[in-house]
Amino acid sequence: MSTHPILAALRRHKAGVILIALQIALTLAIVCNAIFIIGQRVDRVNRPTGIDEANLFVISQQWVGTPEDGAPDAVEKIDSLVRADLDTLRRLPGVESVAATNSLPLFNSSMINGITLTPDQKNSTLSATMFLGDEKLMSTLGVQLVAGRAFTAADVQHQGFRDDALPPSVIVSQAAAEKLFPNQSAVGKTIYSDTKGTTIIGVVKLLESSMVETFGNNSDYYTIIEPVRQDGNISRYVVKTRPGQQAAVMAAARTALFSANPERVIDEDRGIRSFAEIRHEAYRADRGMAILMAVVCLIMLCVTAAGIVGLTSFWVGQRHRQIGVRRALGARKVDILHYFQIENLMIAGGGVVVGVVLAVGLNLWLMSQYEMPRMPVIYVLIGMVALLALGQAAVFVPARRASRVSPIEATRAA
Amino acid sequence: MFSYYLELALRSLKRSPGLTLLMVLAIGFGVSASMTTYSVFRAVSGDPIPWKSSQLFVPQIDMWGPAGRGADGEPPNALDYIDAVALMRDHRAKLQSASYRVAPTMEVPGSGRHPISISGHAVYSEFFPMLDVPFAYGSGWSVDADTNQAAVVVISGKLNQKMFDGQNSVGKTLDIGGKDYQIVGVLGKWDPQPRFYDVVDTGGFDTDTDDVFLPFTRAIAVNMNNAGNTSCNSNPAEAGFAGMQRSSCVWIEFMAELDDATAIQKYREYLDGYALAQKSAGRFTWAPNNRLRDVPAFLDNQHVVPSDTKVSLLVALGLLIVCLVNTVGLLLAKFLRRSSEIGVRRALGAPQAAIYAQFLTEAGIVGLAGGVVGLVFTALGVLGVGMVLPKDIAALAHVNFSLLLLTLVVAVISALLAGLYPTFRASRVQPAWQLKSN
Repeated sequence: MSTHPILAALRRHKAGVILIALQIALTLAIVCNAIFIIGQRVDRVNRPTGIDEANLFVISQQWVGTPEDGAPDAVEKIDSLVRADLDTLRRLPGVESVAATNSLPLFNSSMINGITLTPDQKNSTLSATMFLGDEKLMSTLGVQLVAGRAFTAADVQHQGFRDDALPPSVIVSQAAAEKLFPNQSAVGKTIYSDTKGTTIIGVVKLLESSMVETFGNNSDYYTIIEPVRQDGNISRYVVKTRPGQQAAVMAAARTALFSANPERVIDEDRGIRSFAEIRHEAYRADRGMAILMAVVCLIMLCVTAAGIVGLTSFWVGQRHRQIGVRRALGARKVDILHYFQIENLMIAGGGVVVGVVLAVGLNLWLMSQYEMPRMPVIYVLIGMVALLALGQAAVFVPARRASRVSPIEATRAA
Repeated sequence: MFSYYLELALRSLKRSPGLTLLMVLAIGFGVSASMTTYSVFRAVSGDPIPWKSSQLFVPQIDMWGPAGRGADGEPPNALDYIDAVALMRDHRAKLQSASYRVAPTMEVPGSGRHPISISGHAVYSEFFPMLDVPFAYGSGWSVDADTNQAAVVVISGKLNQKMFDGQNSVGKTLDIGGKDYQIVGVLGKWDPQPRFYDVVDTGGFDTDTDDVFLPFTRAIAVNMNNAGNTSCNSNPAEAGFAGMQRSSCVWIEFMAELDDATAIQKYREYLDGYALAQKSAGRFTWAPNNRLRDVPAFLDNQHVVPSDTKVSLLVALGLLIVCLVNTVGLLLAKFLRRSSEIGVRRALGAPQAAIYAQFLTEAGIVGLAGGVVGLVFTALGVLGVGMVLPKDIAALAHVNFSLLLLTLVVAVISALLAGLYPTFRASRVQPAWQLKSN
């Protein structure tokens, strides 16, 4: 079919054509970027923590009446309380493993240290999240050791909350190891934090930092485990239960800890939380943003589709007589159908071309304003195809109605 | 005349119910998406103390030097203990207070009840008058109480409700961290958002309000640890809370009231003088690099409004624009379909202005209907974001009269704007040509 008559007809509806094309262009620009945002958030939520999250829960509690740190015997006192608690928890039926820790991936409470390769290096090689825990921490979390050895009870020290002494040995994540010592084994090497040195004795495959608001790159996995029980005002225990017993153990743990020593605070709501809940909370903002963007996209696509249906229907109504004439002169139904489909393809094609420019422009602007990464071309391509398909789907109903116009119409007065 | 146009418009809208419904829904969706995201934006970008925010200043001192500055050359956003106490001692502003976050435990009287953890801030006496903190009973403490490290406490209305059934509890005592504190004041409702006096720890927003305020000097004396963020450029030389106080780690917020330009200028000079004095004392080895921002500027500098909120609002406005373009197209189609009717009216003597009035009335009605639909969607939308957004932000977004009014106004204005071009085209219809073709 020649496109000439279509173009000629379009020229008579300049305003309507421009409006539909403009609408498609804007929709493409916004939908591409919104879907890109959704994609980023989904990626982030799906990042692995490196730990075996099932059947894991965390107890955060605060001591009452223990001397605030600063008193000489405070650390020893709290340490004996912590060890007693670990023992109490270990004896609960259904418990598989218990460890003391200062934080966990996604916990949003972190201690970050600058790590250097020499004691007098000025700018640190990387910033690592430090996890402080006892020898049971790695096995409780199920992190995978890929080189060197795990901690034994003999490695574990204890120190106060504000005591930054570095233990003689640490275990680092593979991401950190590769950044610190590219192309060589990190085990046995010495690293420094604020001029104090320590030896890497092991490397774990994957362990995510505790901060959630980071942007998916390797630095989210720069983590270091210190064999240290941190004895401060707040003590934190991570518990692995046997399958199916988590809820029962969570309930029993509170009672058991209070009957062992009532001088403590375990917050009703946030004191004992399953890891599933921690994960859910950690990604609430990302999920919310993704849902919001998805809703806006859906509405926008519906409005655009409905707009195409509305305007094309109007044109079909307007051209009833001409369609009738064409039919009377021998055009088949399918010719009429194709006419409107091609017409829409041409309008949508124009809109999509403008839309691509707008989409890239919007992405660049968002990059400059809101630290958004560059949008991969695939999102634009998907957006183009989606809008062309949307246009065709939307035009089908009015186009079919047009194809059913009877040749008799030609004989009727306008 | 208006009632006549109203009748014409309604009759015309009824003639093509599908098209009308489409326009009304498009405007309704566009406006409600914008209003929903705007309700969140409005909540997080508000001024927490509008009558005074331009007189409240946050001083920043560069105690870390060039190595500790970010790429933007900014000094830390909080103070270390040494500088905070020095600023308090010099007392150069009309009112000022250092503060830090505490989370002590508190005994709950009655057998079999476990102690609870409470949150609060250690502040100076001038904190309360400076921030116009409302009291239900009693008041803040005196300057003497600061000096004497007095065991006094101001509690929130919420804690007062919990512990004393909302009765006047001034003079009673609470066992906080194992020591008795005498209640000197009970706050009225006070929940400023953004939490401008503690942006560093809250990031701006907090679902929990402070339960207690205690004298800063007292909290330090009893080793009440900082429960907020601590940032260190280098590890403290000594362990413990005492070591923290002698380190350059920053964990203390500071606010000062400066009432006029002279006072502000004088305070700037004082800060620079202070930094220079530290330099000549050998503590700093760099030129002064201080900041003194008022509350709105500080909130902006700390990026209190999440970029997600801004991006959502922009995307929703984009949706509104798409909906408007859509409406322009549909109105154009609708109006031009009636070219013959317009031709007849013009031939019978109706001026162009009459055509404008008639068709803009019709657009306005579409907008109003879209606005009414938008009200419902906005209410649902705000409810929806409350369920999916982070709690600290979602809790702030709410529907109120001004939001609903704005929804209607935006809907009508949008529809009128969308109707302008189609109306212009309608008014240009040539009567002669229309009459002839019929």
